Amino acid sequence: MSQVAEQQPTAADAESYDGLRLRNVTKSFAAFTAVDDLDLDVPSGSFIALLGPSGCGKTTTLRMVAGLETPTAGSITLAGQDITYAKPYQRPVNTVFQSYALFPHLDIYENVAFGLRRRKSNEVDASVRDMLELVELTSQARKKPAQLSGGQQQRVALARALINKPEVLLLDEPLGALDLKLRRSMQLEIKRIQTEVGLTFVHVTHDQEEAMTMADTVAVMNAGVIEQMGAPADLYENPQSTFVANFLGQSNLIEGTIRSRAADVVTVDMHGVQVSVPTERCHADSDKGWVGIRPEKVLIGAPGEELDAPGNTIPGGVVTDVSFVGVSTQYLVRMPWGQELAIFQQNTGRHRLFAPGEEVELSWRPEYAFLLDFSQDASAGSQKVDAE
Amino acid sequence: MSETVRKRGSTGYLLLIPGVLWLGLFFVVPLYSLVATSLFDPSGSDTTGYTMTYHWANYSHVISDYWQPLLRSLWYGALATFFCLVLGYVLAYAIAFKAGRWKNLMLVLVIAPFFTSFLVRTLSWKLLLADDGFIVNTLQFVHILGADGRLLATPVAVIAGLTYNFLPFMVLPLYASIDKIDPRLIEASSDLYANPFVGFFKVTWPLSLPGVVSGTLLTFIPAVGDYINAELLGSPNQRMIGSVIQSLFTNANNYPAAAALSVILMALIVVMVLFYVRRAGTEDLL
Repeated sequence: MSQVAEQQPTAADAESYDGLRLRNVTKSFAAFTAVDDLDLDVPSGSFIALLGPSGCGKTTTLRMVAGLETPTAGSITLAGQDITYAKPYQRPVNTVFQSYALFPHLDIYENVAFGLRRRKSNEVDASVRDMLELVELTSQARKKPAQLSGGQQQRVALARALINKPEVLLLDEPLGALDLKLRRSMQLEIKRIQTEVGLTFVHVTHDQEEAMTMADTVAVMNAGVIEQMGAPADLYENPQSTFVANFLGQSNLIEGTIRSRAADVVTVDMHGVQVSVPTERCHADSDKGWVGIRPEKVLIGAPGEELDAPGNTIPGGVVTDVSFVGVSTQYLVRMPWGQELAIFQQNTGRHRLFAPGEEVELSWRPEYAFLLDFSQDASAGSQKVDAE
Repeated sequence: MSETVRKRGSTGYLLLIPGVLWLGLFFVVPLYSLVATSLFDPSGSDTTGYTMTYHWANYSHVISDYWQPLLRSLWYGALATFFCLVLGYVLAYAIAFKAGRWKNLMLVLVIAPFFTSFLVRTLSWKLLLADDGFIVNTLQFVHILGADGRLLATPVAVIAGLTYNFLPFMVLPLYASIDKIDPRLIEASSDLYANPFVGFFKVTWPLSLPGVVSGTLLTFIPAVGDYINAELLGSPNQRMIGSVIQSLFTNANNYPAAAALSVILMALIVVMVLFYVRRAGTEDLL
């Protein structure tokens, strides 16, 4: 499985790569391997999110890039320079810490100026003023961090790192401590600033929505390795493992036996119902697999009803649970083979609502389905930690 | 409603009463008595009694007679405080950041000397630093001390004794202060281009200042007034003001002079401490 967004680079261009590159990076703490032989390329100027549940190694990866941890094996290069063992204060990388780690004895101005003063910049004052303006904190310059709200402290932490114009800015769950509304606005704010300053951002988070909203590339991490990496929409629409399918959104995974493989379509026998899956969305090697379909892609109708989905139709479902959530209605439908599938139906008003106990037929367009390897655990990644 | 508010208001004052009585009885009254004694006519004695003549000359007399031990006390106290700070900071830092699971054991060891008496510990230093003792012999052997060099009855012994005896008073407040520092702040300073040395002076040191201030006060004030170390480890040439006051009270029976000297010492310390604390509150101390 490829763990790199770009095409596999050759040895020749390793020197000339101008982004951040991790090669075979491993970090072990005693018996525990936090990061396992990880390869990652972050092109210069991109915004990448490392997404995963707690303990998946994403923060350890970030800390190794910052220099706060030393890899057990492997190498980290930045713009062709090996920084694997460089001290944190020697690398052009700055971090926005999870807890902000603002200096409590310095005022906001001095917190932001800290990095520039260490590097003996002679434009401290102008830069600090510009930066405070960018994060809209000019009027708070002479206050101490403790006098600011959580959102303001977050912006100070961002300004304090950004002012140094690092080659790579690392964000370690920077929005974790904020309430939902503030988090949404800070997500857009950080995205805006990234576009404005054009620096490389590496963002660590366990919140899949945050990762998909902010980053151009999301790398889903699990147990110390990158499961899959790509644009948010690609990851969501075409997950390559059960972990990604469950961790990023929600998926129905149905056991199936592969009947035939054609150039463009794979036919699967799903408990007696033949369904087809596009070949490029087939990630199963053996003759068994998990047919995956997102709940919002499934259409629900009365038996024999003409549904707008030529292709895969599965009869014999019984509605077991209906929850009306305003914009959509969520159904649980028990299939003839005993499995319950989740369906989100948008409340457009064009469909009637079904009640528990009603017989229904399900249907989806073949191009929305995907096929995953049967050796993977169908529930992997579904017990995700929700952002509170 | 207003009844409960009023009651709650008076509870606070009621709680103050024991402390106020205690301090009134054992601090204000003796202090008054001390200041009054310092102005008695020096011709009296504790057997014949003293008369109050507002004899301000007591002050000028003791200053001209004892300015040397007075200055020496301040100097020895300051040196001992400095050595305590250097030794204590390293120790407190190590306990707070590096001791791991040995933290509590190390803290107990810092306090352990208090389990034996101050006097006994200082007497054992007298044995350690004795002229034919192991330490002096070794120092003579490596020619740091001359063949007839000694440690006892030198300023080195007195200052070393003071440093040893007051070290825990420095370590504990320093530890409390350093232990509170979030190690992530040190990581942040390192991330922001501060090498460990700069990081220490820009982050760790300023954040530990409350501990530095209370530690130095807790060391300096008792060290200046101490007389055990000077008596046991020093010679008359290392006499400190505490010894002078003690002998004026108990040997010479010159109560007015002893009281005047005590008041001067107290006033000096109060002025120095006020000045120090005011400066420590600003960034001047950095």
